[in-house]
Amino acid sequence: MNNKLYSPLIFEKSHKGRKGYSLPDYDYGVEFELPSSLRRHTAPVLPEVDEPTVVRHYTNSSTNNFGVDSGFYPLGSCTMKYNPKVNEAMVDVANVANLHPLQPAATAAGALEIYHSLASALCRIGGMAEFTLNPFAGAHGEYTGLMVIRSYHLDRGDETRTKVLVPDSAHGTNPASAAMAGFDIVEVKSLADGTIDVDDLVSKLDNTVAALMMTNPNTIGMFEHSIPRIAEAVHAVGALLYYDGANLNPMLGVARPGDMGFDVMHINLHKTFSTPHGGGGPGAGPVGVRDGLGKYLPNPRVVRGADGLLDVVFDDTACGRMGAWLGNFTVYIKALAYILTMGDEGLAMAGKLATLNANYIMNSLKSLYELPVAGPCKHEFVFDGLKDKSTGVTTMNVAKALLDRGFHAPTIYFPLLFHESLMIEPTETESRETLDSFIAAMADIALTASDNPQAVKDAPLNTPVVHPDEDEAALNPIVTYKELCAK
Amino acid sequence: MTDFNRYLPHTAEDIAAMLERCGARTLDDLYADVPRELRLKKPYGIGKPMSEPELESLFRQIGALNKPMTCFAGAGFYHHYTPAAVGAICSRSEFATAYTPYQPEISQGTLQYIFEYQSMMSELTGMDASNASVYDGATATAEAMIMSVASARKRNRVLISSTLSPAVAQVLSTYAVPRGIILEVIPAHHGVTDRAELRAMLGAGDVAGVILQQPNYFGIIEDWENIADDIHAAKALMVVNAHASTLGVLRSPGEWGADIACGEAQSLGMPLNYGGPYLGYLCCRKALLRKLPGRIVGATTDARGNRAFVLTLQAREQHIRRQKATSNICSNQGIMTLHAAVYLSLMGEAGLRKVNELSCCAAHALAKALAGTGRLALRYPEHPFLNEFVMDTVDPLTPQAIIDAAAAEGILAGVPVGENGLMLAATEMCTPHDIERLTNIVSNL
Repeated sequence: MNNKLYSPLIFEKSHKGRKGYSLPDYDYGVEFELPSSLRRHTAPVLPEVDEPTVVRHYTNSSTNNFGVDSGFYPLGSCTMKYNPKVNEAMVDVANVANLHPLQPAATAAGALEIYHSLASALCRIGGMAEFTLNPFAGAHGEYTGLMVIRSYHLDRGDETRTKVLVPDSAHGTNPASAAMAGFDIVEVKSLADGTIDVDDLVSKLDNTVAALMMTNPNTIGMFEHSIPRIAEAVHAVGALLYYDGANLNPMLGVARPGDMGFDVMHINLHKTFSTPHGGGGPGAGPVGVRDGLGKYLPNPRVVRGADGLLDVVFDDTACGRMGAWLGNFTVYIKALAYILTMGDEGLAMAGKLATLNANYIMNSLKSLYELPVAGPCKHEFVFDGLKDKSTGVTTMNVAKALLDRGFHAPTIYFPLLFHESLMIEPTETESRETLDSFIAAMADIALTASDNPQAVKDAPLNTPVVHPDEDEAALNPIVTYKELCAK
Repeated sequence: MTDFNRYLPHTAEDIAAMLERCGARTLDDLYADVPRELRLKKPYGIGKPMSEPELESLFRQIGALNKPMTCFAGAGFYHHYTPAAVGAICSRSEFATAYTPYQPEISQGTLQYIFEYQSMMSELTGMDASNASVYDGATATAEAMIMSVASARKRNRVLISSTLSPAVAQVLSTYAVPRGIILEVIPAHHGVTDRAELRAMLGAGDVAGVILQQPNYFGIIEDWENIADDIHAAKALMVVNAHASTLGVLRSPGEWGADIACGEAQSLGMPLNYGGPYLGYLCCRKALLRKLPGRIVGATTDARGNRAFVLTLQAREQHIRRQKATSNICSNQGIMTLHAAVYLSLMGEAGLRKVNELSCCAAHALAKALAGTGRLALRYPEHPFLNEFVMDTVDPLTPQAIIDAAAAEGILAGVPVGENGLMLAATEMCTPHDIERLTNIVSNL
């Protein structure tokens, strides 16, 4: 890592008169003119840098970053599996780079074929009747799914359904998405084993409930074994069951959300289907629905016409339009490449090995870390901090100590069910040796915490920056280079 | 035991040893809690695993069905050049395979480029602050709409100009309805937002925000002299949707007096990619910073006194505030944000200005040449445009006839607007020869 040498911002490498672009000098036979009242008064301050400087700047900046290609990334609920290189290569091969979204469908037949093939594969995997790929991310998929549910109830003239039920272990996006879709949120309690308290759920179910949102396995990696009962109770009051597909990975080849009784679901292609997270995006959150709900999926839609050709259409029954066109298209190419590469048997094996890897870590470390809910878990599990509570070493300290040892930290302080949550999800693409070295690091941190707690609290010491002052950042926010200069 | 594919490192011995530590005999033992009746009865039907050569061959066949065209279509998405260095940097796997930068100590690469992106977008828009981006221009505008209502006390009317992109307007409507936001459309007069109508609608009260587009959907650069005064006098926020690239030369939202700037940044050299991934930007005045949704990166110092970047103001976000969050968004467009930062670094102010000058000249040359055929006439000759414009066909010629004839020659002639209208755009990718080709096609119809 070259933090010392290359930490300046690109603005600080700017030198008047340098240029990094190459553009043609076409003579169109007309002069450039614009009324001065419509022109910028002040030029934007952008860097003036040559191309080698730009390339070196960002290349070195990338070495201050940690990705799945750099090392083990056991971030719970994020499914940081390996991102296959052939998937990236297929984006070029698929020849979509220069396709304008509004060009005639017949000239984008390959793109539509990709969209349709992926949607069909997801229907098979999710046990659903129809899929839209349009939503841009998991949270956007949740919002879309809830809009479908809203449209379904309103279309039946059922206007009393103002509530969405969400387990207290849910991802924060679930209640936030339900609020965006105009619903009031009611929390459902969890039992000591982390699964839904069905009695509490039943007491909250009535004809004001539009839907129950669930992940299965849930956020502590437990399979909601009461799901048949839950589905029956939810459907009995006329509500729908929503499946948050964030935790779909361990269910591959085992059980499908549609068969569990879910009516609407989203899938995070950047989790289960191996597309890169890109430091935040672009993602994709396709939404699937059971038979009868397809007409509420958002516009635009890709459908096969009577002539057998795929077309892009708009339909009045849709729940609306979630974005300008068909979503983050290149992500679909990567996910389809992954699904075809894995095939039925590969997908089924991936799910099971993800579960094996999680159980292996859990069983290897449960003597040193507090395991609030005994397994077997599915793709992930949660420790409630160190077993030895006398050390004063927190989950935050453990996370930072892992950074020093060359690992990304698990998800911390989530779910909110426990005070010191350390949520670990290894995924199936990690070898036994990698898991063993992670287990050794976690054990070393636990033992160091007992012997010399300060050594753990001081971590990290070997990272490009150490203990950034986050309070100061929030108290006096500096969010641009201009503000940094003015300071 | 099945043959393993190249992404799964486990050998049969590994599995046996690992199962033993878990106190299980088989992999299925780990699923004992999944009720039998829920289990998958038969394989998905995806088929056998495909080898890498087979996969490439399949995608090559699919790719051959796509016909990239010489592009005169815009309507919000423009075929600009992507410098080769942008792709080279964006494919760095340290960037591409990272998650959201929750651990700043090992995520300075991501955090630093987001900070640079925020700085650049704030400069372009003339705003004080930017978030780390959102999904696309349409959802960015929806977030801006929600921000304006969240900033207003008990006012829920939002006015949108009828010169806004129809796709964006439809997304706004989708987002507005469940939240009880009342969207009202400001009529247009000769292709531009009707100022008298706007004043009357503001006068009716309860307006939280006004959303305008620049250049507008029809490519016209609207003159908004004093419009901010009208809007602010009604205590409403002024939201400007602008295509990012055009801000290299056009008066910025900040210079027009806007409170929020938002829109599509695809024009910063992002490949068309049949609709995505693109990049929604969202910028605002500092006073609105705590209402700004999405990720925001801030500068601070670390324990050694070195500069460091962190995700900041997280108390606005869904993982803390849950249903009371400013938005449900929990990500940004990641690599597309990096794309924008690298593109703007390479182009600089001068490069971006040149892109606009070339695009503008190409569009004006195209309009002139097409008008010269006598088959098309500019619909709004009284208004200035940058790189996009609407022409009406002269009877009996129809826009569809032009589109079809051009398509036969591999040219995307534009987007139909209304009955007789054809909207065309040009960029630095359009050569004088391309203009000649389209003009000849029209002449021969």
